[in-house]
Amino acid sequence: METQLTINGTQHKLDLDPRTTLLDALRHHLGLTGSKKGCDHGQCGACTVMVNGRRINSCLTLACMHDGDEVTTIEGIGQPDNLSPLQQAFVSEDGFQCGYCTPGQICSATAMLEEIANGWPSHVTGELDASAELTTEEISERMSGNLCRCSAYPNIVEAIRKAAGGGA
Amino acid sequence: MTEHFKMDAPATDRRLDDMAQGLVGAPLDRPEGPLKVSGTATYADEWQVDGLAHGVLVRAPGNSGRVVLANRNAVARMDGVLAVIDDDRLLRNPAQGTANEAPIQGPHHAAYMGQLIAVVVAESFEQARHAAQSLEVTLEGGTLMPVDPTTAAVEPQESKNLDQGDLDAAMETAAHSVDAIYTTPSHSSTPMEPHASIATWEGDDLTLRGSYQMLKYNRNELADALGIHPDRVRILSPYVGGGFGSKLGLAPEAVAASIAAKQVGRPVSVALQRPQVFEATMRRSETSQRVRLAADAEGRLTGLGHDALVSNLPGETFAEPILQASHFLYAGANRRMSMDLARVHRLCAGSVRAPGEAVGVTALENAMDELAHEIGIDPVELRRRNIPEKDPESGKDYSSRRFREALDSGAEAFGWADRPGVKERREGEWLIGYGMASAARVNVLMESQARVTLLPDGRARVETDMTDIGTGTYAILGQIAGEMLGLPRDAVDVVLGDTALPPASGSGGSWGASSSGTSVYVACQAIRRQLAERLGGEEADLTLKDGSATFDNQTRPLAEILDGDEIVKLAHLQPGDTSDAVRQATFGAYFAEVAVHAASGETRVRRMHGSFAAGRILNAKTARSQCLGGMTFGIGMALTEELAFDPRDGHVANHNLAEYHIAVNADVPQLTVELLEERDDWANPMQAKGIGELGICGAAAAITNAIFNATGVRVRDYPATLDKVIAGM
Ligand code: FES
Ligand code: FES
Repeated sequence: METQLTINGTQHKLDLDPRTTLLDALRHHLGLTGSKKGCDHGQCGACTVMVNGRRINSCLTLACMHDGDEVTTIEGIGQPDNLSPLQQAFVSEDGFQCGYCTPGQICSATAMLEEIANGWPSHVTGELDASAELTTEEISERMSGNLCRCSAYPNIVEAIRKAAGGGA
Repeated sequence: MTEHFKMDAPATDRRLDDMAQGLVGAPLDRPEGPLKVSGTATYADEWQVDGLAHGVLVRAPGNSGRVVLANRNAVARMDGVLAVIDDDRLLRNPAQGTANEAPIQGPHHAAYMGQLIAVVVAESFEQARHAAQSLEVTLEGGTLMPVDPTTAAVEPQESKNLDQGDLDAAMETAAHSVDAIYTTPSHSSTPMEPHASIATWEGDDLTLRGSYQMLKYNRNELADALGIHPDRVRILSPYVGGGFGSKLGLAPEAVAASIAAKQVGRPVSVALQRPQVFEATMRRSETSQRVRLAADAEGRLTGLGHDALVSNLPGETFAEPILQASHFLYAGANRRMSMDLARVHRLCAGSVRAPGEAVGVTALENAMDELAHEIGIDPVELRRRNIPEKDPESGKDYSSRRFREALDSGAEAFGWADRPGVKERREGEWLIGYGMASAARVNVLMESQARVTLLPDGRARVETDMTDIGTGTYAILGQIAGEMLGLPRDAVDVVLGDTALPPASGSGGSWGASSSGTSVYVACQAIRRQLAERLGGEEADLTLKDGSATFDNQTRPLAEILDGDEIVKLAHLQPGDTSDAVRQATFGAYFAEVAVHAASGETRVRRMHGSFAAGRILNAKTARSQCLGGMTFGIGMALTEELAFDPRDGHVANHNLAEYHIAVNADVPQLTVELLEERDDWANPMQAKGIGELGICGAAAAITNAIFNATGVRVRDYPATLDKVIAGM
């Protein structure tokens, strides 16, 4: 099936088996293996990418459903010699160990900070119409769709606070 | 020439303390970090290999009987399908850690539900997945085999038993005693990267891009499984997306990919699907543990008993080593310990992070809490009173043991003095409690080799087939070499994860850092000696710093001294007499504050602290992260983690990450970790001990003990889910 995707600013025309997930399109057909497959069932967040600015589990959606969409993957967020502030903070705060959940964490956190900036409440936000503060509790809650078996959670929270300029 | 080093005597010279570069111990960032955070580190199933075909494994739907692939010919004709393979060499279950040979093989008879009995290979992943799902697997002539360890046939593990003094008499005459049974369920390592392999043949030579922890063993296991010579096999695992024991031994996908690639004449990738990770890698055995403690009026232990029941598949010798730390953690003259192994048709039991102590210390620490409550003394004080002077069974000395300091310092850091009485503190709907537990884990040194090259330009390269599974190997090996050779961290390249390199200890049993690190240390010592020789002096008088050598008041750049040459040293470390001469272990203490909901029984961990002593810390940042990981496994173990087996057929009912609940970000507070300054001369010449598992060895008990403090409810059957807590309230 013909699908047109803009990935990290570059247009791609793909002719894919309709059963191909967005994740497998990236990993198997475009060589973009930064997005990870942890479960293939929408249960771990390792495959998180941004589609039209919003974070989604790319294993849980078919590539052909995204004809014309803009996809941002970890490769589009920053490169080893040109890391985004969030990526840099993950390095300095040791927000990972094995690194396998990490691209998903970073894509998720990038979009999550936007969600807070746009005033979206979460389960732990006190007032639905007040703007959410970037507290540890808010970050932990909003990042709980991204599992980390190495359990870098405290450092992930610190990295996000640091990058968001939240300070201590 | 190879530098041989055998650890036969304590290393009291503490050479690392004399070095000038200041790298060892420093909380440096991981050098591979930029690759990991940008998605450019290459994990097993990510290598771009031309002509790659995809294999998907198929599971057995029951635990006995002959496997019949009823529609195999029809499946073989499906779109894109290249082969349906049920070769005799497919693994029944993964190899145990350090097995060094193939585990039981053969896909034609099912031994447990979920056993991987065939692989379907196709042009694309989508085609392979569809074809694998279409394969009809039936089992002929099977009967339901035993899956419940409490009723299955049991094999006593007599060599593990201990009977010292008279425990029964000690229990009878004790002023205070505890006799309780604790049960823990099976756990899955379930690393975030599923097990995956890409196999490529060139003639008779096989390259396997896999996700493994112990390459030198894995290579022999793979060669043995395939019936080829190990020289024909190369394994690459430069990045491993977590292991926690499940990637110690060769797993089914590696053999399936290798056989398939040979058969279809193309490279083949086979990755386990997440349910297959749960059903067909390794589980930690469930345990049933009876702990007996006898104490005098002041809380001094007079007796300690620990009897455990664990299980495994028929034919597997591994028995979760529950009693490991019970032998040496506490005093008590009268001791009895025993292990029974039940034979069940559940997936294979093997190593999951800290086999033995993770569950064994946990039960022991729950019993200690019960004893402290019964006597009416502070649980920390009970531990302090029972720190034995010498190993209570062998009479050996401890190598180094800052256990008391960990208890005291941890209590102070946490604010333990503020501990409420049982059921005393309430904040609205929440009952608040504090709990603590000790941590203990055996320390082991393993054979390991590394090559270090000092290059003509004054840079250095470290090469070994050691792995970094998130543990920080890239960081610490570079720090050790930089420290010894006086080079800034970024002047050292570390190359890992390739069996073409000198064989290392592998990552497991918390021995990786100290074993592979020592081999790097020894190679660097040899380079230092050669540099000193060039300068006409002794190694001891040489100062190396920032790429220069100072000797006899003269400082010269290394590149100048090398004068176009390179110095290459291969070091070979072997454990020696110090392993048995003393009792070597790591120690620590956990403190936790929980809030238990008065109406629902839900437990939230509010704060958790760990103080740990593990010899010299090689990198304070990565060591701390290891402890965070261990403690978080402890939170999962305490509150949510449990493989649920169907009691009829052993089916893992919750074989996915939505239903097997590992801790998520919101379950984990901002944990605090203290690493105590320590040197263990008996461990190795770096005085460092393992820290990768210490963080889980008793952690869950701190939480369940805190639940008791909050609610007065003792949950002795893990995990402490809402239903169990509320039932006692
Ligand atoms: S791989 Fe998509 S959520 Fe796990
Ligand atoms: S860093 Fe290993 S799973 Fe998160």
